[in-house]
Amino acid sequence: MEDALVLARAQFGLNIGFHILFPSLTIALAWYLVGFRILYQRTRDPAWLATYKLWLKIFALTFAMGVVTGVTMSFQFGTNWPRYMTTVGAIAGPLLSFEVLTAFFLEATFLGIMLFGMNRVPDWLHITSALVVACGTIVSAFWILALNSWMQTPAGHVFADGQWIAADWMAVIFNPSFPYRLAHMLIASGLTASFVVAGLSAWRLLRAPFDTSAATTLRAGITIAAVLVPVQMFVGDQHGLNTLKHQPAKIAAMEALWHTERGAPLVLFAIPDEEKRRNDYSIELPYGASLILTHDARGELKGIDAFALDRPAVAPLFFSFRAMVGLGVLMLVVSWFGLWAMRRGRAAPRWLLWTFAAFTFSGWGATLAGWITTEMGRQPWLVTGVLRTKDAVGEISGAELGASLTGYILTYATLFIAYMIVLTHLAGQGAAPDDPSAAAAAIPLARAAE
Amino acid sequence: MDLPLVFMFLMGASVLAYVVLDGYDLGVGMLMPAASAPEQSTMVASIGPFWDANETWLVLGIGILLAAFPIAHGVVLGALYLPVVAMLVGLMLRGVAFELRVKAQGWHRDLWNWLFWAGSFIAAFCQGVMLGRYITGFERGFGYWAFALMVGASLCGGYVLLGATWLILKTEGELQRKALGWARWGLLWVALGVGLVSLATPLVSETVRDKWFDFPRTLWLMIFPAATLAAGFMVWRWTSAARRSGKGQDAKPFCAAVAIFAIAFLGLAYSIFPFVVIDRLTLWDAAAHPTALRALFLGAVIVLPFIVGYTILSYRIFGGKAKADLYD
Ligand code: HDD
Ligand code: HEM
Ligand code: HEM
Repeated sequence: MEDALVLARAQFGLNIGFHILFPSLTIALAWYLVGFRILYQRTRDPAWLATYKLWLKIFALTFAMGVVTGVTMSFQFGTNWPRYMTTVGAIAGPLLSFEVLTAFFLEATFLGIMLFGMNRVPDWLHITSALVVACGTIVSAFWILALNSWMQTPAGHVFADGQWIAADWMAVIFNPSFPYRLAHMLIASGLTASFVVAGLSAWRLLRAPFDTSAATTLRAGITIAAVLVPVQMFVGDQHGLNTLKHQPAKIAAMEALWHTERGAPLVLFAIPDEEKRRNDYSIELPYGASLILTHDARGELKGIDAFALDRPAVAPLFFSFRAMVGLGVLMLVVSWFGLWAMRRGRAAPRWLLWTFAAFTFSGWGATLAGWITTEMGRQPWLVTGVLRTKDAVGEISGAELGASLTGYILTYATLFIAYMIVLTHLAGQGAAPDDPSAAAAAIPLARAAE
Repeated sequence: MDLPLVFMFLMGASVLAYVVLDGYDLGVGMLMPAASAPEQSTMVASIGPFWDANETWLVLGIGILLAAFPIAHGVVLGALYLPVVAMLVGLMLRGVAFELRVKAQGWHRDLWNWLFWAGSFIAAFCQGVMLGRYITGFERGFGYWAFALMVGASLCGGYVLLGATWLILKTEGELQRKALGWARWGLLWVALGVGLVSLATPLVSETVRDKWFDFPRTLWLMIFPAATLAAGFMVWRWTSAARRSGKGQDAKPFCAAVAIFAIAFLGLAYSIFPFVVIDRLTLWDAAAHPTALRALFLGAVIVLPFIVGYTILSYRIFGGKAKADLYD
């Protein structure tokens, strides 16, 4: 049983961790495409068309990765957590189905028109299709995050006829942590896409410094990131306060606070020791945590000791939370610095291009770190206060789980390597070496990339 | 209103929609090695705009099973665990291969072309195996597994038939001529499969046997095999006529192939009803709580007409013969 639990968790975590890489890029990239498409419509500048087509290819590939890994996800609720469906299925089932009904068909059908219909449908319908796809990804995020947030901070449910059912659907959907999680996730996607756009454009400029389209998309990516990072920090702070109210044990673990105290310090770095229940090598900022979380230097914060066994492991939360916030801070520095270096239309210096190329996938790092914080922080509950993870696991044998886990790992590794190879290739495609005449050549070359 | 019954019907409809729609695109994938490289691009172009939405019917079918019959969802997917995983791996490979076979370079491109075929094949075969396991109530033992493998092989034939007739509809010239030939091979394959499965099903499942062999009802039920035979015969006739005249019969063979699937599906539905898990759970035993069913029903009633509407829109936009250079 223990084995099955560990394997079921490992498998589910692996699958969703792989899946989320792609939605976190497509949700916002869809809006970039809407922008590029409208700019082309307005200006009729072939450079915008080339930009649109280049990013459409990256989008289509990413979307396909999202679809195939998502289809896998939809089977896993039943296979890995059958008891989940029999206890809270009356709430989770409809929410998952609404996502299929309202989002998946919409995205899939209009993506077909977006990809293949440019010369078959009128411009307005083509632009509308791009918009519909972009809205579809948000609708999809809406439902799945409603469910996930409900699992974190359940509301609107009652126990009847041997299971949990919805007494008030509005309360279920708009549960206490949902608005924060939706906002935080959508902005996370905006940041992920912006850094990918900026990073790949920088990569292109390193190879073809006079590619004006790449210079424009680099600027767009940096500007949008520079605006979004501070907003994300604000939303993240509010999200944390909300968590303190509803899941205090999670906050205690994230901050590695072992004991309830007034004026708790902010632990900047430490190696949490589960056995001795204390931090080694810690660097602390006095009163910091109390100040941030209660807005009062002497405010009281509950420590791990207040939660007995109903609490998550400390070290993974402590580190993943710091990874996310650390990446957020770096993103702020990099994007603002980029804006400053490129002020008044200056060309980006090479070191800046290298920096952005290095930050291409920083959004993925922060997003995964954030999700690990959220999900591991919910343990030992699957649905806080309602269902424990260990009570949801099914009877699938360890051998079957092991075999399928191996299968998934091999498949995902293949898919991921192929994805990265093609992405690198597309990013460099058509970009000419250092040569002033490349400026003129950039547009036809980018077009030849089709 | 008897909501569990309504959802049984809806779930059946999405599974049938899935089998027919993804069936033709998986079938086209399985036929890839039989065509030349330029023909392959036309074949992929003929399914490119549709495959994602087609696959979504599977997600909807599973979604309804999960939401409306949660107990059955756990039992069915638990029992079918390994074929489901294998099918998902197949679907993953072929889904990304759409993109990668044109974007990858050098030998990677050949690899993804090959994986496109292999993925389609694995997915089709596993779906058949799942069906075979399901009809027998997941009994263990050599005979039952042999039966499941046989259903897997027949479903591949069925998808080849759907794919080939789809190509007759969507292509012209040399490729269409080839597709006419493929359709006939697919038909023979499926006829053999359906015949064997029809004979074997009553042997492996008592419940099914009792439903079909109960005079005088049996006489009425003979409509099913008769209609299947008629539809199969029409496929054969139309494809022969097209080969002789050199003019493709366009939509007719595809419609007849869909009819074969629809009739076989109805026959199967008749065999199993009212069970969700044969001999174990009826649809009423397995149904979700009424609050869930009501919410789901409301959502489905509002949204399904839109889905049908824009699906028709997309088939109209991409109507007519497919061109190799569709991807622009
Ligand atoms: C915040 C966003 C988000 C999150 C947390 C998830 N997904 Fe997802 N999913 C999307 C956002 C998304 C998306 C943006 O809507 C995708 C990405 C690419 C696409 O086609 O749609 C998608 C695709 C996608 C598909 C394929 C849709 C199709 O056929 O077109 C399925 C079946 C799922 N997902 C299922 C899940 C499940 C069961 C999840 C949770 C356990 C999950 N997703 C988490
Ligand atoms: C999209 C980003 C997500 C990521 C990266 C993610 C990541 C993870 C990880 C790493 C685990 C394992 C935690 C552990 O075992 O300690 C997990 C568990 C789980 N998550 Fe998520 N998750 C995400 C979203 C979701 C959503 C949207 C849902 C439901 C709607 C969900 C439901 C679950 C369930 C049922 C488990 C299994 C029980 C458990 O081990 O906690 N997750 N997730
Ligand atoms: C720098 C300031 C940031 C703060 C203060 C912050 C705060 C938080 C908090 C408190 C959580 C946990 C929520 C819970 O209790 O479950 C969280 C989760 C998360 N964070 Fe952040 N975050 C920041 C930056 C970022 C950045 C830059 C990204 C990605 C680009 C990101 C992506 C996520 C994601 C995807 C989750 C999981 C989903 C969720 O619970 O909303 N965060 N964040």
